[in-house]
Amino acid sequence: MLPDPATLPYFGMPGYFHLWLLTFISFFVFGGRVLRHVRVLAQARPERRWDHIGKRIGLVVTNVLGQRRLLDEPLIGAAHLVIFWSFVAYATTFFWNLLRGLIPALTIPYPDDVRWVAFCVQALGALGVIALAVAAVRRYLFTPVSLERSWDAAIILCLIAIVLLSSLAGAGFRALAATGEESWRPVGSFLAAIFGSLGVIPSQAPNLYLWTWWIHMVTVLGFLAYLPYSKHLHLLASPFSVFFASLEPSKMPAASEGASRLEEFTWRELFSGLACAECGRCDRACPSFACGEPLSPKQFIHRVKELVLASSESRAAGNGKKFLGDVVRPEDIWACTTCAACMERCPVFNEHIPLVIEMRRKLVSEGDVQPRLQEAFTNLTRYGNSFGQSERKRAVWTQGLDFRPKDARKEPVQWLWYLGEYACYHPALLEVTRSLARTLRRAEVDYGILYEAERNSGNDVRRVGEEGLFELLRQKNTATLQQAHFNNLFTTDPHVYNTFRNEYPDLNHGRHPVSHYTELLATLFERGELRAARKLPYRVTYHDPCYLGRYNGVYDPPRAVLKALGVELREMPRSRRQSFCCGGGGGRVWMEETGEAHSRPSESRVREAASLEGVQYLVVACPKDYVMFTDALKTTGLEGKLLVKDIDELAEEAVAA
Amino acid sequence: MAGNVWVLAEQWRGQLSDITYEVLALGKEVATALGVDLHAVLLGHEVRDLARSLGKANSVLYLDHASLATSVPETFAHALTSAIRAKSPHAVLIPLTNVSWELGALMAAELEVDYVNACKDVRAVDGKLQVRSVLYGGKMEAMVNPAQSPAILGILPGVRPADQGRAETTPPVEELRVDLAESSSIRWKRYLEPEAGDIDISKQEVLVSVGRGIQSRDNVALAEDLAGALGGAVCGSRPVIDQGWLPLSRQVGKSGVVVKPKLYLAAGISGAPEHVEGMKNSDLVVAVNSDPQAPIFNVAHYGITADVVDVLPALTEAVHSRKEVKKHAA
Amino acid sequence: MKIIVLLKMVPDVVEELELAADGKALDTEFLRMIANELDNHALEEALLLKEKYSGTVTVVALDAPEVDDALFTALAKGADQALKITDGDGTLGTRAGAYRLAQTISSIPGLLPADLILTGAQAIDDLDGLTAPLVSHLLRLPQLGIVTKVSVDTTAGVATVLREFPGGVRGEYEVKLPAVLGIQAAEKPPRYVPVAKVRAAMKSQAIQSVVAPTAADGGVCLLPVEEMTKPEVTEHAQMLQGSPEEIADQLCEILAARGLL
Repeated sequence: MLPDPATLPYFGMPGYFHLWLLTFISFFVFGGRVLRHVRVLAQARPERRWDHIGKRIGLVVTNVLGQRRLLDEPLIGAAHLVIFWSFVAYATTFFWNLLRGLIPALTIPYPDDVRWVAFCVQALGALGVIALAVAAVRRYLFTPVSLERSWDAAIILCLIAIVLLSSLAGAGFRALAATGEESWRPVGSFLAAIFGSLGVIPSQAPNLYLWTWWIHMVTVLGFLAYLPYSKHLHLLASPFSVFFASLEPSKMPAASEGASRLEEFTWRELFSGLACAECGRCDRACPSFACGEPLSPKQFIHRVKELVLASSESRAAGNGKKFLGDVVRPEDIWACTTCAACMERCPVFNEHIPLVIEMRRKLVSEGDVQPRLQEAFTNLTRYGNSFGQSERKRAVWTQGLDFRPKDARKEPVQWLWYLGEYACYHPALLEVTRSLARTLRRAEVDYGILYEAERNSGNDVRRVGEEGLFELLRQKNTATLQQAHFNNLFTTDPHVYNTFRNEYPDLNHGRHPVSHYTELLATLFERGELRAARKLPYRVTYHDPCYLGRYNGVYDPPRAVLKALGVELREMPRSRRQSFCCGGGGGRVWMEETGEAHSRPSESRVREAASLEGVQYLVVACPKDYVMFTDALKTTGLEGKLLVKDIDELAEEAVAA
Repeated sequence: MAGNVWVLAEQWRGQLSDITYEVLALGKEVATALGVDLHAVLLGHEVRDLARSLGKANSVLYLDHASLATSVPETFAHALTSAIRAKSPHAVLIPLTNVSWELGALMAAELEVDYVNACKDVRAVDGKLQVRSVLYGGKMEAMVNPAQSPAILGILPGVRPADQGRAETTPPVEELRVDLAESSSIRWKRYLEPEAGDIDISKQEVLVSVGRGIQSRDNVALAEDLAGALGGAVCGSRPVIDQGWLPLSRQVGKSGVVVKPKLYLAAGISGAPEHVEGMKNSDLVVAVNSDPQAPIFNVAHYGITADVVDVLPALTEAVHSRKEVKKHAA
Repeated sequence: MKIIVLLKMVPDVVEELELAADGKALDTEFLRMIANELDNHALEEALLLKEKYSGTVTVVALDAPEVDDALFTALAKGADQALKITDGDGTLGTRAGAYRLAQTISSIPGLLPADLILTGAQAIDDLDGLTAPLVSHLLRLPQLGIVTKVSVDTTAGVATVLREFPGGVRGEYEVKLPAVLGIQAAEKPPRYVPVAKVRAAMKSQAIQSVVAPTAADGGVCLLPVEEMTKPEVTEHAQMLQGSPEEIADQLCEILAARGLL
């Protein structure tokens, strides 16, 4: 029979007495710290996240129990899955052990005594140790970008290792002390044999078993107390952060004046800091970070965590420095392109972009805006476009056509074409715009434009924090659209698409929401209203625009169009959901380069395209992409190797007799 | 001496500026057309010697007073209005630079007569003055006929070539007594010179000038590369200096330096009048600007509509390879 | 400290300027007006001085199209009061405008004396005068133009001012207050005020309308324009075409021919 740690005397008191004491201390510290976190969150702005409970539970099942996002990086994903489940198993047996240990009168067996439990625990434990070793090797020998080898992480690894190893060693000593049922305790038996060969005699085993039991329990209790102030708080926080995730990830935070102090953020925004496991996936996905910009999504989530922790510990955060300004520098915030790659990857569904937007709103409301951005705002307010051109020149591009597109302000049209300012004003794009005008006419699509009444849709204005200007633009545009006569709406620009679809309520009187021109082209080809006169003998690759793909899930229509054209499509390694931003979103086209970056996201992307063998064209479906990549080809010297083509330029070529 | 044409000789820190001669040339034309005399008006303290170079005028009116030793606009304006009241000229031409900026308006207010700002040309037709003035940053011109006497006209730089205003002869000098008091409200203390730059851009033969069109501080290096290849120096328009991308000593324009190099390459400069004032007499002006409508192309001899960031390196490269060819050939 | 800022609306040259049928003025159909750029600098300088020395900033403008936007923006930026002088058709020239401003300001009880009156050193429509010297003469106040830096000794009632001269030289002057200054550049670029704040100002604050006293022009009439024309472009650059490399070669030929290379 094995000794019962709960009833054995230690320093004159039975085991359970000491256990009670340690448990009490641990739970007190743990509970107190958690409570303080909750109180800090309660000081923040409210946010309602209790809707669609079924959906939310589904998210938790897939992403917490199933660890889906972690499997994006397969090796560590698998390892983490194992560690997670072994942890779940160990947590269960810990509480079982604790219960039994605290109340010896309870006539339940210890988990070790139940053979199928012992089997599961030992199996998971062994796998867990292996997984832990894999994780440790990755962390220390093949350190991925943005994975900090902090003391916190090292301590956690050691504690988990001790927890697992102490339990496994205990199993070994138990097997040495009381043989029987080896098949149910494979690891135990295995270790028993090793201990035996190391000279451990069976009579010592019970004592050693007790040692490991106590080490195990004390370690876990200590871990529990340490947890709320370490990055491993994510153990506790992540199921909640997933449950309370934003069901519409592209949704902008509710109108506010911005946030720079703790009370000005919402509790969910602050919670991102607590849920963060500092894995670095967001950094690894971020195009700005990849180019050496001062932005590190992980860093500022970390700073939010520090803000919350400091408040929980009742000390002034940042040694009296301003949170927004000193701790988080404005240039860190301005460098974000709002491409949402970080949020797409985050295993705990943290909300980096709402934090960026809230802080940008604060900078804007204080007038802390760099000159070029200021100029863009002034131009947008006055002329409805950021180019500083007269609104009367918005339709000058039509002068290169041999027909005059219908004016949707004056006559009814089937399709209203909302161009977006880049397609109207940028000199490099005018011919591309005309090309689409001709193609649609060839297909006999009944379309019209708004001529001078069109204004910037406000998507990027919103993302750069000028909420008031966004509202002004939305107001004007909504009025214009309500007065125009059309059945359906399509746009050339994914940014327009995103904001019209998601942020302009009742845009089209409840009819089908806005389409992207690639969706329209795909339908035309499908219906045979457009037909490729010849198959284009090109090898191309396609770049998924952030606001079309990742934000709105439109991946297939452009590919359908390319298929109809007969080109050979080679996908880039980072395609669809993993598409790599051109660097122009989030108002970045309106900002000066800080000079801190060593390259630009667009350059990285064209290199990726050029690395595909035999690819002649980088096909785009967004005006900003066209401009950014064309510039990047020049600055990387790849001009001879690759050309940028709008999908519709290829369509026109194929369709022309 | 009623009804004559006066030109204010712009005296500053004991020297006459070039614009004095430009306006003298114009004044002479007008005076001749009106059939009257041209007088140069020289104000200052103990600067009588400067009158020697003003021979284009029939004579020089010299006002000397201790309070004219420092540049306080009101004092100069008072001196001029006293002289005008004494002599009743028909027209007074004031050079429009930072030095004499407020004078025309102050005098017109005191005398309650018309003042015409930013004049680029003055003609006399049938005894009447026809003045052409520049408006809206150069986008429009207005023709006005000031009826009152005297007509006070602010004349822009570059209205005539300075050489046309110089003369070999020394004019007679008439000294006018003026009752002036030191301004009780404004006191000149000192001049702040711009930081001694290593280079005096007004002495350079080749200048590569950058404006807002270069877009970022980093791109100034492209201009420096080109300037180095051509053996010249970099300068800039006001916005670039205001941003701190170049020091004040490199500013070309109304508040900066007036330059006349053999080659002035304007990169990303739109051609606002205040800048053009500072470089329009350069021997060869080449302008690079992505906007084909930029006013600089009206002042340049050769123009390139392309992105500055593309053209400058290409040019530097071409210059270097030519030099290589020459070196090997030699 | 009490500061008054004089603001003027001028034609916005982003639009193509067209001539009216009579050929003497601008066609107003598509004409937009914008606040004079240097007046924005004057406002910024006033706000900076207010922040430094505490006091009030009053913005005064003659009625003109789109002036309300400019005045509300000024209020949103931090001005304390905005006055709009009505009873005019907005087409006064600089000189008559300055008269109207000076007379009206003098007639508003409690507005004068102010410590400083700031306005832009020039404007693109200054045909017959400059606002700062004209207003200073009418109010019998000292004046300096092309000012880029102002600091004030409030107890002594004296401002130290930097005025620009050619060649990058700046003159330092001491000016007894009250005085009029023509601002060339504020010490910081004009601040940005978000649209939300301007809209809030439109709701919560008001522009005071003031009627100009009769005969405020002092008999000053607008300088009659005989004719307005687009400038004759007598010269235009010879444009070089081609790729950057081709252009570079052409240019090198030109420079070599002139002995510059």
